[in-house]
Amino acid sequence: MPLGPLPAAVPPSWYLTLSAILFALGVLGFLLRRNIITVFMSIELMLNAVNLSFITFSYMLKRVDGHIFSFFVMVVAAAEAAVGLAIILTVFKNRQTLEIDEVSTLKN
Amino acid sequence: MNFYLLSLIKTAIVVAIFMHVLAYLQWIERKVIAHVQLRVGPRRVGPHGLLQPLADVIKLVTKEDILPSHVNKVFYFMAPFIAVTFALISISIIPFGPEITVGGVRTNMGLTDLNIGVLFILGISGLGVYGVALAGWASNNKYALMGGLRSSAQMISYELPMALALAAPLLILNTLSLREIANGQAGFYLGFIPRWSIFQMPFPQIFSFILFLIAGFAETNRVPFDLPEAENELVAGFHVEYASMKFASFFMAEYANMVTVSCIATLLFLGGWHPIFPEKYGSGLIPVVIFAASALLCFSHAANPARPFDKITLPVFGVLFLGAAGLFLVPPVQFILLPLFWFCAKVLIILFVFIWVRATLPRFRYDQLMRFAWTFMFPVALVNLFITALLVAVYP
Amino acid sequence: MDALLFMIFAAIAVICGINLVVQTHPISSALSLVGVMGALAALYLLLGGEFIAAAQLVVYAGAIMVLFVFVIMLLNAGTEKKLTVRPLGKYLGAPLLLLFFGMMAYLIQRILPESSPVVFGAFQSGTAAEIGKSLFTVYLLPFEVTSVLILIAILGAIVLARKEVD
Repeated sequence: MPLGPLPAAVPPSWYLTLSAILFALGVLGFLLRRNIITVFMSIELMLNAVNLSFITFSYMLKRVDGHIFSFFVMVVAAAEAAVGLAIILTVFKNRQTLEIDEVSTLKN
Repeated sequence: MNFYLLSLIKTAIVVAIFMHVLAYLQWIERKVIAHVQLRVGPRRVGPHGLLQPLADVIKLVTKEDILPSHVNKVFYFMAPFIAVTFALISISIIPFGPEITVGGVRTNMGLTDLNIGVLFILGISGLGVYGVALAGWASNNKYALMGGLRSSAQMISYELPMALALAAPLLILNTLSLREIANGQAGFYLGFIPRWSIFQMPFPQIFSFILFLIAGFAETNRVPFDLPEAENELVAGFHVEYASMKFASFFMAEYANMVTVSCIATLLFLGGWHPIFPEKYGSGLIPVVIFAASALLCFSHAANPARPFDKITLPVFGVLFLGAAGLFLVPPVQFILLPLFWFCAKVLIILFVFIWVRATLPRFRYDQLMRFAWTFMFPVALVNLFITALLVAVYP
Repeated sequence: MDALLFMIFAAIAVICGINLVVQTHPISSALSLVGVMGALAALYLLLGGEFIAAAQLVVYAGAIMVLFVFVIMLLNAGTEKKLTVRPLGKYLGAPLLLLFFGMMAYLIQRILPESSPVVFGAFQSGTAAEIGKSLFTVYLLPFEVTSVLILIAILGAIVLARKEVD
């Protein structure tokens, strides 16, 4: 990143860097946390980071298609959140736990 | 003038007026409900109870602000803050009138105008759910939690028919910006029927208006949908653990939401600041007539008053109303005051309907409420949108 | 001014993201995620995506996250026990991730072609009209398919989450 006084406007590569940071944080949360809902929320964070990338590239290429892709990502995330949370509710009803390490009856 | 200075001045004016409106809305509500129930309402603090809101504010501010030991402190502090913030943000994009020139400065009446104004309002009312849900959760109390969850579920269930009811006039008006929506309803059919959305061909949006108002009742947790905060059903619901200023914040948020819903209904369905018949037929004289008639009423009642102190207060109000009537006849301020009068009159009529319904109807049970949203309002809103779209496509 | 706004909202997004990973109770993580989404909505506005910013607030922050908050409040499973990460992960994994990410950031800065800075108002095609035009002509098939997808998701959620009728 260029050092020195802050420019009046920011190059779009900074937005892509921010997207990479958020994606990395999402991966960290996905791998390190044990509560299934927090894992799910890290997935949503990764999807948001990808949305930011889409919008930034749409700005750079001066086309509206990135916005459309971002819109579809949001819709798919909504559908996935609904079904995923329903599955989590069912698992909780049967196992009374939300830790992913304890749902391991198929392990040897 | 400098853009930032102008915005600061406009913000100061709007905030000052809005805070007073919220306080006096409670006075209006108490008086109207009292008269519906054949009693008088507050009458001791100031003439006709006009200083009652001041007394209430002093009471709420000086009450001891308790912090129960069993609550989750971070969310307990955050919840009223979130509720009030999102309730008050919506006022920033509502236009109150056309573009005016005051002392050489051209500006719009209203703080700002977004290209996506309607979507912004929908988003903010969606985010307002967090204040209620967090209040219920933080209180660590089963009644509060049930009240909070029920209220949030009700708010999101009714967001859907509200959005569909909003989408129907947008098909005819073709824009999402609130100022352009209000301007799209200017003009008159046949010279005298106003081109408001509820009268607009090809499909008068009356059903959308009624659906939007009903959904607005549910969004703001007002009767008949106020089970989550009912005092006798659920021990005051999600704000049972809140005292003084935080409780006042929730009430301020509820009234602010009411005002926002009324303003949006006015802008989208009732034509914003446009008068009901053209200026050339004398619609500029309507406010003069109304205020002069009120002044006449005050003076005639001051002749033989029902209460002894009315010999002094009623003539004073009469003189004030005459002054207001005179103000509407002065040409330099007429172009500012007339659109503002029409906008405020329509908003006040809708607020009066809110208060009137509160005094009249019983409340819904929770499962009746949810069933009403999903099995009645949602299909009706869809059918309404479908018919509007069909007619707009066939008769552009 | 645009740079200052980017810095503020980027800082909010990163801090809320770190808060999401670090907090023990899921509800604090959920509210941090709402903060991330709000900051991202502001960044989309800077990039000219006004419709997507509004959709982010209405759909993501106002509906999906409310669903998360509901499920967390209903399940009430409490805070997580202290997580026991294997030392290999903690002492090797996180630095490797940072190194990888640093390399990616450096490559992004060097390899991307020079583009003009992001100025608010430079991208005018993000309005609802433009997106509507594109969505209903070029991308009509994905649009209809997503409506079927939402229908499937509704059916799945209802079937999975209803009470068992014995």
